[in-house]
Amino acid sequence: MRVHAQRAGALLGGLMFPAWSMADWTLNMTPGVTGTSNEIFDLHMTILWICVVIGVAVFGVMFWSIFAHRKSQGAKPANFHENTVVEILWTIIPFVILVVMAIPATATLVDMYDSTESEVDIKVTGYQWKWQYEYINEDFGYFSNLSTPGDQIANRQTKGENYLLEVDNPLVIPVGKKVRFLVTANDVIHSWWVPDFGVKKDAIPGFINETWTRVDEPGTYRGQCTELCGKNHGFMPVVVKAVPQEEYAAFVAEQKAAAEKERELTQKDWTMAELMERGEKAYQTACAACHQADGSGAPPAFPALKGSQIATGDMAAHIDIVVNGKSGTAMQAFGNQLSEVDLAAVITYERNAWGNSTGEMVTPKQIFDYKNQQ
Amino acid sequence: MSAVADTHAQDHHHGPAKGFSRWLLTTNHKDIGTMYLIFSFTMFLLGGTMAMVIRAELFQPGLQIVQPEFFNQMTTMHGLIMVFGAVMPAFVGLANWMIPLMIGAPDMALPRMNNWSFWLLPCAFLILVSTLFMEGGAPNFGWTFYAPLSTTYGPPSTTFFIFAVHIMGISSIMGAINVIATILNLRAPGMTLMKMPLFVWTWLITAFLLIAVMPVLAGVVTMMLMDINFGTSFFDASGGGDPVLFQHVFWFFGHPEVYIMILPAFGAVSHIIPAFSRKPLFGYASMVYAVGAIALLSFVVWAHHMFTVGIPITGQLFFMYATMLIAVPTGVKVFNWVATMFRGSLSFEAPMLFAVAFVILFTIGGFSGLMLAIAPADFQYHDTYFVVAHFHYVLVPGAIFGIFASAYFWLPKWTGHMYDETLAKTHFWLSFVGMNLAFFPMHFLGLAGMPRRIPDYALQFADFNMVSSIGAFMFGATQLLFLLIVVKCIKGGKKASAKPWDGAEGLEWTVPSPAPYHTFATPPEVK
Repeated sequence: MRVHAQRAGALLGGLMFPAWSMADWTLNMTPGVTGTSNEIFDLHMTILWICVVIGVAVFGVMFWSIFAHRKSQGAKPANFHENTVVEILWTIIPFVILVVMAIPATATLVDMYDSTESEVDIKVTGYQWKWQYEYINEDFGYFSNLSTPGDQIANRQTKGENYLLEVDNPLVIPVGKKVRFLVTANDVIHSWWVPDFGVKKDAIPGFINETWTRVDEPGTYRGQCTELCGKNHGFMPVVVKAVPQEEYAAFVAEQKAAAEKERELTQKDWTMAELMERGEKAYQTACAACHQADGSGAPPAFPALKGSQIATGDMAAHIDIVVNGKSGTAMQAFGNQLSEVDLAAVITYERNAWGNSTGEMVTPKQIFDYKNQQ
Repeated sequence: MSAVADTHAQDHHHGPAKGFSRWLLTTNHKDIGTMYLIFSFTMFLLGGTMAMVIRAELFQPGLQIVQPEFFNQMTTMHGLIMVFGAVMPAFVGLANWMIPLMIGAPDMALPRMNNWSFWLLPCAFLILVSTLFMEGGAPNFGWTFYAPLSTTYGPPSTTFFIFAVHIMGISSIMGAINVIATILNLRAPGMTLMKMPLFVWTWLITAFLLIAVMPVLAGVVTMMLMDINFGTSFFDASGGGDPVLFQHVFWFFGHPEVYIMILPAFGAVSHIIPAFSRKPLFGYASMVYAVGAIALLSFVVWAHHMFTVGIPITGQLFFMYATMLIAVPTGVKVFNWVATMFRGSLSFEAPMLFAVAFVILFTIGGFSGLMLAIAPADFQYHDTYFVVAHFHYVLVPGAIFGIFASAYFWLPKWTGHMYDETLAKTHFWLSFVGMNLAFFPMHFLGLAGMPRRIPDYALQFADFNMVSSIGAFMFGATQLLFLLIVVKCIKGGKKASAKPWDGAEGLEWTVPSPAPYHTFATPPEVK
């Protein structure tokens, strides 16, 4: 109830003193931080003002009629119903305005489509419901998942400042460089949008779209998926960190080292406890969105794993479905999404959590061999 | 001919049959029109209830009332029910009632088909609504049902949804054929095409649009059906198909479809504004040509819904220019309405209030449409609440206010009674305020970066969402008042004369109020 009272107060205050709460009562698009986004902003403002001027003129005449030509005021109707000159004029004038508007719009569009001469290339892949970023020239990549805790979404915890706009691994790009994005998707259509860059591109399975940006100010920029992609469409934000060149170089080096270390982990001898611990974490990020944290799923689209035939039956079938997915259903092929370690950990976890006590484990080495046989 | 008329006379078959069979078996255009209007209002309340669920969930950030799965079913069903169940049948209802009366015809040209095309609709919507109770839930992929979300990843009920769309399509096509056959064959002697009332003109053009695009919709859902059940890969890239093909085919239907939902309202408003301005419509001929131009252009602008899918730049430019062009004929219509009011003798009964609000608010929707046409700017607007604001501005104060204006304008003719003017004005002002409160803030939300079709949102969007929800509840509750007004008007009220509006023109005002069960058995002469 107090929350409601506070909100009502905020509403009233906001309406009466707009300057007090500018942050929450933003009315307009923001210019953003790239050349493209500034050009878009200028186009937006130009067309907005054109509309305002036309609106004032047309509604001005209308309101004047409403006030001055009322029957109750004794107005006698005129009888004109045609005027060729006027009708031709108000066909031609809007046309000319449109031509004038189309010129800068065309120039901006041509510029937006020119993704040549990029200095960094990043492949962006949409998944239900996360983004994968692959630095194709540097040979590493990672997934970017929503990091807002479920308790905040379910109103059991106070919502943080960047509620729903925060991720575990943001995309990192260098400032001042032309970065090209190759956008695609793994399952359904998504759309990758960073408002501050003026970049929005649909991620379409089986096709690769190109777009680009050049960010001049370092900072963290936030956006969201903008194409309905299923139940968690509202929960797959885009977060991009633009950093100075040196910081970017350090980031790339660190990521490459981490990728190398990950490959070494595959060869390590894992114990059941280690796999279970790692499996729980991997399960939360990769599987829980559909199969739920307690393995109960959301049938029929997302079957339960707790006590399921797959998770308690034949191990080979279990590995196959996790690595290769199941065509015609929402079950994705995780073989390329997760490392061998995470695959082994997740499968081991699923076979031993929530009362699925098979006692069986699979090692990263076995997964590695399984993938190589295919 | 005379033999048929004689048997008829001997049966004393002048009035309607009694009981339910009157409605089930009727071939009378007035009965069928009434049934369409009742059906449409029922669907309006059902779709509106779903909108209330959506706005209740969006009242505050966080998930409170429904889960995302169900939220997506609500947005999908709300859209489908409002487009196919509320707006389109309402216009068909108006067409059934008014076209024969306006052109001096005794009935629609194909009365039995008329009956069938109505009764298909409740069947289609029974199937569609029943999906809510199926395992896996109702369709949850948005009213635009983009593949592969609606095919490979759709719920099991998708096949029922496809069947429902097929039935609705058949119903619409038959309705359109009937309208064309009626207008082209049954006009009173002397009523040349360029003397036809504008509502008849706009419906004639709408009917051609329907016949052109409903088969395209049927085609796209059939391809979905094949992909889901018969192993084809029209929209599945892994089988050599193309998900973007779906969008091209869908929007080739979808863009003319949005004009199908607005052109008849243009026509109705072109009768109401002159009637209450007591002055002839300004620029009749240019109004007709403008509607024709809008209808033709509607076939070459579909990809403006797809500016972000990555079509080549030449395509992008073509669709941007073509879309901007639509502003020209639309502008002509608005200028004509304003010129009709200019130096008239205006009074503001409920039909006129709704019609004036229609012109103003539809124009605002047109302005945001023009902004969306600018392809580079569309990259920022696309799939945000700015788009939601835009199309609700053209559909709610456009299509729906147009329908309310028509209903109040012709209710005296239908029922023989005047409606309660005070209540009707209350209905107008509450709808007007509620609607603007609900939809205007959505422009701000979109520009601030809120995507559409999300059940939960970041904190900076909280305030305007709350305002919007309050407006939506207000608008929704107000519509029950309309039900009350209509029921009251049917039951009684001041007797309406044959022509209750002193400025109104047209054949429909030459028959008594209420219009007798059979009218224009002998065609009137039009000078």
